[in-house]
Amino acid sequence: MNFPILSSLILLPAVGALFLFFTRSNKENNITVKYVALFTSLVNFFLSVYLWILFDQSTSEFQFVEDRVWIKDLINYKVGIDGISILFIILTTFITPLCIISVNNSIKNRLSEFLIAILIMESFMIGVFCSLDLVVFYLFFEAGLIPMFLIIGIWGGTRRVYSAFKFFLFTLLGSVLMLIAIISIYWISGTTDVVQLYELGIDAKYQNLLWLAFFSSFAVKTPMWPVHTWLPDAHVEAPTAGSVLLAAILLKMAGYGFIRFSLGLFPVASEIFTPLIYTLSVIAIIFTSLIALMQEDMKKLIAYSSVAHMGFVTLGIFTIQQQGLEGSILQMISHGLVAAALFLCVGVVYDRMHSRLINTYGGIVSIIPKYSVLFMLFTLAALGLPGTSGFVGEFLILMGAFKDNFLVAVIASLGVIIGAAYMLWLYKRVVFGKLVNSDLKQMVDLNKSELFILSCLAVPTLFFGFYPEPLINTIEVSISNLIKVYNFNLISN
Amino acid sequence: MEISIIALPLIASIISGFFGKFIGDRNSEIVTSFLVTISAILSAIVLYEVIINQYQDNIVIAKWISSGSLDVNWSMKIDPLSAVMLVVVTSVSSLVHIYSIGYMSHDPHKPRFMAYLSLFTFAMLMLVTSDNFIQLFFGWEGVGLCSYFLIGFWFKKDTANSAAIKAFLVNRVGDFGFALGIFLIFYLFGTVNYTEVFELIPTIVDKNLLFLGININAIDLICLLLFVGAMGKSAQILLHTWLPDAMEGPTPVSALIHAATMVTAGVFLVVRCSPIYEYSELALNVITIVGMSTAFFAATVALVQTDIKKIIAYSTCSQLGYMFFAAGVGAYNVAMFHLFTHAFFKALLFLGSGSVIHAFKDEQNINKMGGVWKKLPYTYTLMIIGTLALTGFPFLSGFYSKDAIIEFAYLRGNTTGYYAAGIGIITAFLTSIYSWRLIFKTFHGDYNNKNIKIEETHESPLVMLIPLIFLSIGAIFAGYTFKELFLGYGGINNFWQESIFFLEPLSTDHPPFWFLVLTPILVILSIPVAYYLFVKNKNLSNQIANVNKPLYQFLINKWYFDELYDVLFVIPSKKIGLFLWKFFDIKIIDGFGPDGISSFIKKCSLKANKFQSGFIYQYAFVMLLGFSALLTFLIVK
Repeated sequence: MNFPILSSLILLPAVGALFLFFTRSNKENNITVKYVALFTSLVNFFLSVYLWILFDQSTSEFQFVEDRVWIKDLINYKVGIDGISILFIILTTFITPLCIISVNNSIKNRLSEFLIAILIMESFMIGVFCSLDLVVFYLFFEAGLIPMFLIIGIWGGTRRVYSAFKFFLFTLLGSVLMLIAIISIYWISGTTDVVQLYELGIDAKYQNLLWLAFFSSFAVKTPMWPVHTWLPDAHVEAPTAGSVLLAAILLKMAGYGFIRFSLGLFPVASEIFTPLIYTLSVIAIIFTSLIALMQEDMKKLIAYSSVAHMGFVTLGIFTIQQQGLEGSILQMISHGLVAAALFLCVGVVYDRMHSRLINTYGGIVSIIPKYSVLFMLFTLAALGLPGTSGFVGEFLILMGAFKDNFLVAVIASLGVIIGAAYMLWLYKRVVFGKLVNSDLKQMVDLNKSELFILSCLAVPTLFFGFYPEPLINTIEVSISNLIKVYNFNLISN
Repeated sequence: MEISIIALPLIASIISGFFGKFIGDRNSEIVTSFLVTISAILSAIVLYEVIINQYQDNIVIAKWISSGSLDVNWSMKIDPLSAVMLVVVTSVSSLVHIYSIGYMSHDPHKPRFMAYLSLFTFAMLMLVTSDNFIQLFFGWEGVGLCSYFLIGFWFKKDTANSAAIKAFLVNRVGDFGFALGIFLIFYLFGTVNYTEVFELIPTIVDKNLLFLGININAIDLICLLLFVGAMGKSAQILLHTWLPDAMEGPTPVSALIHAATMVTAGVFLVVRCSPIYEYSELALNVITIVGMSTAFFAATVALVQTDIKKIIAYSTCSQLGYMFFAAGVGAYNVAMFHLFTHAFFKALLFLGSGSVIHAFKDEQNINKMGGVWKKLPYTYTLMIIGTLALTGFPFLSGFYSKDAIIEFAYLRGNTTGYYAAGIGIITAFLTSIYSWRLIFKTFHGDYNNKNIKIEETHESPLVMLIPLIFLSIGAIFAGYTFKELFLGYGGINNFWQESIFFLEPLSTDHPPFWFLVLTPILVILSIPVAYYLFVKNKNLSNQIANVNKPLYQFLINKWYFDELYDVLFVIPSKKIGLFLWKFFDIKIIDGFGPDGISSFIKKCSLKANKFQSGFIYQYAFVMLLGFSALLTFLIVK
């Protein structure tokens, strides 16, 4: 493979952003600006689909590897993918164009800057999912903060500055420790190349501290309980497209990090800290579900439900079972689609009524029926109804967890009941009931672009609910290899 | 051909749901009814093949989930058990589809309604034809979803919405147990396919597990967990609260979902898993006790309700209890027989009551009816047939199935068996009383409705009456025709083959003669009793209610289950949620976390700020202080 397809994926959005940077935006060429951004992201999407076609599912080796010296004897720019990372790359390239289409209704000023932020973000996210060098990973991982910080801080709501700083503080705090850990790994092993580190292994006596340092960063980004409080604030203040990116992709970086680094590099420590993860995950699932039940703000409700869903993900990852790990990845992909769609759904009514409060609405089903149907579909996917993608992941995770620990699986399953409660209650209060607020009568149903975006998300949500095989086949070999290596390292240490 | 039985309702649903606007109301109704009717005819052919040629098949449609050793297919299993269910589901469904054309004629959302009905039929068929537990779960939640849609069909009614959510959530509680049961099966066997699991069951008979601190036999645990799911879906006591509320939905829905098909899924599950349940004495006893408690409890509540649909709903609950205790005493085939006959007469009663409600222009309170039997002759006759069949009047279908249940409970020969038989007889009597109360209050006595004149009440149109006539044929003859086939008296044939498993063959003895005639005599006697109480001497029934005021209150408030659950679960969940949010997240985590730290730093820097006053004498003073402190330190050292 001579053509550097991964680097192209990373660079293309940045080039698009650069192009936008030099086109001064004004009212007239807003549309041109948007088309440039959309075109760039679409090319990237098709490129990633092409990548999926070329991808060889039968091996767990890293593919499309590019290895270039960056700083001699110190850091190599090394990228490559396996079955675990490719799906996240496709998720990123799939969600980004949808975000760009969605901006017409919500972003009124500085459109071109906003699109630049989104494209840069896409570059960084793809970088995160394919970097095979710890330093490169760290750079992408942290750089992703900056566009998000700007998106919240510039285009956000009334409390945007508070939320932006809270977001920044929380996430930065964890990352500093991870940086120290990466430097230590370099001192211990003499390399930051992930593939080499997999082969070398890291001495068991260092693993605990290193694991905790990585954990502190990933836990904040996941977010896990109790460092989740930045997420509801960030979501509430972020513009719709920002929320979508945050929920669909940014949160997945940590889950990916757990699988790739915590399990891959520190199996001994992972084994030791599994009870910690289980406890925090279960608390996240139950507590945040109960909190979601009581929310008055739609975005906050969905944000809290995201925390609960990510609780399932972390639970599944640390079962170190085929079902649990595959379930986690499916759950992350599914959450990427469904949470994105739910935030877009909130965005749709927000654009019309400028309120996110649940009690503003009620009885809108007959006014905007198309919206109600799609919103219902995503509500059902969020509560994990069989036949939607939400079910497959959740069920596999719980299956895996049950193999490992009865109690954890039982408590986590309770979360499924509360999940149904808060989602259905939300839907009932927003969509059903009598029309009390007469302003709602002026609402117009989904326009073409909204309908298109939501349908784009609805199709895979349903398709992978009935037929998740394409996803499972892609990750299967890599996951079973991961578990094999993990258990091997555990014994040999 | 077999796959089209499942596919046709799905296609019908998609056509009506997405293209209903384009093809129009009438066409949606015709398309859905037509396709589901074809599905019913095909099902009948399949059942015929199964009976005559012992036809069995397991068709794999597509792969669904395969992860590690987990391998789940979309499949269609045809055996005697699923063939019977196919016929019950599609035949009642097609009749309900046709009936709905008349019943919903004034509703503005007909295509949506028909789409839901067809979608429900699809999900129910997926449930009964599954060859593994996960597809069963798919159907299980799918029918729950359609039930949610249909209960909340009149979305402007707040009560309907709440009832819909309640139904879904209570069912989710059941599904919670069910899912854990599936996890446990997968944990023990590494597979979720029926045939493989059932083959492996005898190998773990003595296996014990430590589950949440309890040491329990693995098979017992599987059975109990699966039964929790069955309790939720079949509205058994403790998880029954959603069923009466579900009557908020349109009446055809109640007939199809909450009488004939969905609520019997729990019974189906237990029968389907007979190869597991047969090894668990404990679970069978629990099922018997839950079943008979429900039968009795629901019958007592039905005695005092005034909403015509709620009476029938509690009656359904009670009859499901009968089915469960039949299964609990090991007579799975009898449970299936009662399920089969019940589908006809209970759907008949529900649709009949729908016809009454239609006649009274949406009045459901039986105290506001009465005296209209001459105005509604067909509905009246059909309701009488349904009631006779339900109460077990000799030679109608309920007679064969219900008496068989009581007989087998008696023949079980142990304490729970005798006890169940006793409760069964008492409940049969109560059933008869409340059923005739309904008939007498609705059709006899004085006309009590102030809103519409008696002349305005009218008989329903033919499109509603014809399905009723079909069902009444079933209610009369289904018992007599199929009893040999289902019960296999005298060992004539073995219709069920391997689909129902008996560890030990069922007893072929006969109970004593007095026992056999006891129930029919009570049932016949109850008619004059009910007539006297509710028509001849109405004051007497009021007096009885007044004398036993606390008991009456207890019954009319349905044993206070709803109030209890509110106090135990609903209110605490909300309070805890609020506490965790307002106090834990905001005060503790944020208060000590980011907000606390930032305000702390702010305070510190404010303090530090004060030092930079710019006055030389202050700086000099501080310098002097520091210098003297350093000096003192050095000297003392």
